Parts: sequence; C-alpha cells; structure tokens
Amino acid sequence: MNVWTTDRLAGAGLALFSLGVIWENRKLPMGTLREPGPGYMPLLLALLLLLFSLLIIAAAGEAQRLRATSWTEWRHAVAILGICFFAAPALERLGYRLTILVALAFVLKVVERKGWVATAAFAFGMSFGTFFLFETLLRVPLPRGPFGL
Amino acid sequence: MLETFQNLYLGFSVALAPAVLLYAFVGCVIGTLVGVLPGVGPLAGISLLLPATFGLDATKALVLLAGIYYGAMYGGSTTSILMRIPGETASVMTCIDGYAMTRNGRAGPALAIAAVGSYIAGTVSVVALMVLAPPLASFALRFGPPEYVGLLLLGLLVLAYMSGGSMRKSLAMAALGLLLGMVGLDHMTGFLRFAYGVMELGDGIGIVPVAVGLFGVSEILLSAGQATPPEVFKPRLRDLPPSRQEWRDSWGPIGRGTVLGFFIGIIPGSAHVISTFVSYALERRLSKHPERFGQGAVEGVAGPESANNSATSGSFVPMLALGVPAGAIPAVLMAAMMVHGVSPGPLLIEQQPALFWGFIASMYVGNLVLLILNLPLVGLFVNLLRIPYHFLYPAIIAFCVLGVYAVNSSVVDVLIMAAMGLLGYLLRKLNFEVAPIVLGVVLAPLLEMSVRQSLAMSGGSYAIFIERPIAASLLLVGLGLLLLSLWPLLRRAGDWRRAVGLAGQPMFEEEEK
Repeated sequence: MNVWTTDRLAGAGLALFSLGVIWENRKLPMGTLREPGPGYMPLLLALLLLLFSLLIIAAAGEAQRLRATSWTEWRHAVAILGICFFAAPALERLGYRLTILVALAFVLKVVERKGWVATAAFAFGMSFGTFFLFETLLRVPLPRGPFGL
Repeated sequence: MLETFQNLYLGFSVALAPAVLLYAFVGCVIGTLVGVLPGVGPLAGISLLLPATFGLDATKALVLLAGIYYGAMYGGSTTSILMRIPGETASVMTCIDGYAMTRNGRAGPALAIAAVGSYIAGTVSVVALMVLAPPLASFALRFGPPEYVGLLLLGLLVLAYMSGGSMRKSLAMAALGLLLGMVGLDHMTGFLRFAYGVMELGDGIGIVPVAVGLFGVSEILLSAGQATPPEVFKPRLRDLPPSRQEWRDSWGPIGRGTVLGFFIGIIPGSAHVISTFVSYALERRLSKHPERFGQGAVEGVAGPESANNSATSGSFVPMLALGVPAGAIPAVLMAAMMVHGVSPGPLLIEQQPALFWGFIASMYVGNLVLLILNLPLVGLFVNLLRIPYHFLYPAIIAFCVLGVYAVNSSVVDVLIMAAMGLLGYLLRKLNFEVAPIVLGVVLAPLLEMSVRQSLAMSGGSYAIFIERPIAASLLLVGLGLLLLSLWPLLRRAGDWRRAVGLAGQPMFEEEEK
C-alpha cells in the first residue's frame, strides 16, 4: 500500500471529489425514493463514483508506478494552461485580436524562444487573420477591445 | 423499397444542389486536414467549426460537420501510413502495417488501398444506414421514459465494457461525466445545482468546452515539448496503384471490415477505434501467413481502414433513429443539430425528410469527393506536417479558444475548456480514458429526466423498469455485460477483449502521436 501507482493517485483524487460533491449536495432537497428531488441523482452518482474510486484503489497495485510516469512536458503544459486561463477573462476586456496576439507572442517568445520577427509575424498573422476569417467572412461574433480592436 | 428510392431521390435533389455540394466538399477538405494534423481529432475539429455553421441552414450545417467527421477518418490514415503518426485515434492500427509498407517502398499502394477501402466501406455502410434507420425509428416510437433509462444505462455499460482498460475505470469516468452533467437547472423543480452564482452555469456545462478541453487541449498539453516528428515520405502519383496480388489480398478484409465496422459502429462507445482493433485481430486470425502482420501486410491496412469508415456511418444509426448518441462525436453532432433547431430521434425522418435524406445522399457524395481528393492531393496534405510543431500547437490553441468562445459568446465556457484540458491531461497521464466523461455529460440530463418521469408514471414504483418488456430487456443485457466483465476476474479465464487488444491498454488515449 505504500507504493503510489497511477491508479491509486487517480482513485484517491476521484474519491475526494465525490466526497466533496456529497458534502455540497446537502444544500439540495433530496425528495424521497418514490419522488426524487433535485439532490437525489447527484447523490446517487457521487456515491457510485466513490464506490468505483474505492474499487480502483483496491486494485491499484497492478497499475504503473507513479514514479515511472514521465512528466517532461510539464513546463509547456503549465504555460499553455496559463494562456487558456488568461484568455478567458481577457477576451472581453482586450478583445479577441489583442488577447490572441498577446497569448501567441508569449508562447513563441517565452516558451519556444523564437526570434522577435518570427514571433511578431506569426502572432499578428494568426490573431488578425483568424479574426478576418471568422468574424468578417463567416460572421462569427467575436469580442472587440479598446479602439475597436 | 420504392418508397426508399423515392426518398433517396429527394435526398439527392437536396445533396446535389450546388450550395450543399459545396459545403460537403468544404467539410471533406477540412476533415482531411483535421485528420492529417496530429492533435486535432474529428471531435475537436467538429466542435471548433460548429460556430462557423451558425449562419447556415440545418442541412448545410449538418452536411459540413458530417463531412469533417468522415473526412477526418480518411485523412487520419495518411499520416499513419507515411509517418507512423495517427492523425486521429481510429488510425492507430493502420500505423503498424501501413508504415511497414512505407518502409518497404509500398507507401503508394498502402494509401490507395486505404482510400479505396474507405470509399467502399463508406458507401456500403451508408446503404445500411439508409435501410436500417427508418425501421429502427418506427420501433423507437414505442419508447417511453423507462425504455430510455434502459437504453441509456445500456449505452454507458457497453461503452465501459468495450473501452480499453478496466471497466471500473471506465465506469468511474462515466459517473464523473454524469455528475458534471448535473450542474445547472433542474428542469423538474427549477432548482439551480452547483452553479455557485455563475449565471452561465444555469444551462449546465456545455458539450463543446468539455469535448475541446478533454480532447483538443489535453492533446496539446501532452504533445507540446515532445520530440520533433520523423521524416515525411512523399509518394508520387505514379507510385499509387497497388499490384494485382495486393488487390486480391485486400478485397476480403475490405468486405469484412465494412460489415464489422458498421455493426460495431451502432454500439455505443468509441466504435470506430474498437472496430479497427477487432478488424485487425480478425484479419490476422484468418490469414494463412499471420507472421506477415507487422511487416507490411496489406490486409492490416485494408481491414481496419474499411472498418473505421464503416463505423462512422453505423454510429449515425442510433443518433438519427433514437436520438441517442453512440459516442462523443455523434454527441457533438447531435448538439449541433439542436443548435440548428433539429431534434434527432424517431420523428426526425417523418418531420424533416428533406434534411434526413439529404444528409444520407450527401454521405454518398462526400465519400466520392474524398476518394477523388485523397489520392491525387495526398502530397499536398502531407506538406502540412512540415509546419514546425512549435508554430502548429499555438495555432491550435488559438482555434480552441475561438471555437469554444464563439458557441455561446461565453468566457465561462473558455474557463471550463481550460479546466477540462487540465483534467484530461492528468487523467490521460494516469492512463484513464476520457471519452466516457463526454458521453456522461451529454446523457446526464436525459437520464435523470427519464428516471424521474418513469417514477412519476408509476406512482413511485421502481418495478416499472422490469414490468415493461423493452426496458427490462435492455437492462438485462446491461446486467449481462456487467457480469461478463467480472467473469475473467472470477475465473482468471481469457478475456476476448484482451485477445483483440482492447483490454488492459489505454489505447485510445496513449497512442503514439
């Protein structure tokens, strides 16, 4: 039981999540077995998830050791996720073009360490090009920021 | 029969209209690109292009999105054969013998057999879809809420049983998806669940941010920072024709792959992926020289490629006839139909015959377009892979943000996509499958509503699920599958899924990219 395997970690995470849902679910009316309320199905599903999580943990010994899992790409992963989380609030404040411009420039210059010219050309091309394609030609509504950008 | 031909005539009159033809062509081209590019599977491709269809009518939108779906099935084989990189998950098996054929100097024939096999399978399976969907839809009119409960539970159990890896892990993922599907308004009482004051969550968690996050973003998180792709082989047009022996060896696998793929496609789950594994195992079992498999056997390309294209049409059967998606991709297509005011299900064929038969006819046209497109232009598509990945993945991320935002003009959806990307990345690193989560999110509201309506019908008696023959039969089959999955554990007996490479391998998610 001392060895952490991929299944043991995932099972523990899922079990914690299901316990969290069960805790939060107490705010919802449960109804009765014959007439279920809005809290009935989430509770049932959270209990099922808890059961499967415990089964996963119980059989986790055969799974791959956690130490054997390679995480070499984690720096890229963190940077990309950071960009996604940045893009969400920025879209309606900076507008689509500026948000994508900043995000792509960050990836290419900071993460991929490309030159200024390549970074600028790619970031401008992608942000303004996709805006033109989707907003202007395909009429997909995209947000505009300061100065109508 | 005469009625079917009349309907098909109606369908072709819709599908051959210049505008619809154009959208079928555009869908096929985009689909091929999506299939060729590693990191953008058909699911992410369809999700991202969904907002671009908002200005179109339902027929054109559906024809375009379906074109992307089967175009991706064609395109995925190109990179599998030439670079040993599956453009999408259903092409994993093609890598083995397709790439071996390339190494043996037979890349052209491998591509030609894959394209012809895909064309034959695609066309034959559309005939089967045309024949099977209308009677199934008539039968489904007898379905009430208890039958839908049986059908949905069976669907989830089949998905878990047929998926790679252990059933408990797949069921845990399905339960997680169902739980995520509980977020939002409870339609029977008007209660808001797990919304925490976020207005956008009132309508629940959307399928598009979940699908793009779990498949598109997580794929980029896994593959960015990895080694550069290998050398790209570029076949010439004159190298494409297969030899007479290669044709002879391919007809049987193409025929078997077509039949197998269609019927596996109907079953809920990652059907097109499973069909390729089963087809490959079957061809190897039937071969007089199984030792050739892995060394460049043309049967190892013909069978799986036919099977995955046939499964694509098969997966439309439950979606169109029952209104129940057989997997994550039909689920997104179904969401797209609903956005356009079309309700897939038993009444679709009766109420919107032009849309249904136009869609069927467009699939014939699309398959022909793909055959013409794929062979002569293969060199052009392969050039895409010469784009350095450090430029490609930021572009894909930009498309993900754009596509997800544009569906509802909601920044909350972009946040959900990012969170799902993180979840998908972690789960895939830990060898879990994410497809059941997507299906769970889609099915959750329907399942809950059906359970509660059933209980309202029966005055609170759960016996309604076993008193009605169709519901009882569906639940019985589900129970049987559950017991079947336990059988190898109890007896330590051979599991047929292991024999065909389905069990114990995280094949859908961890394939070489």
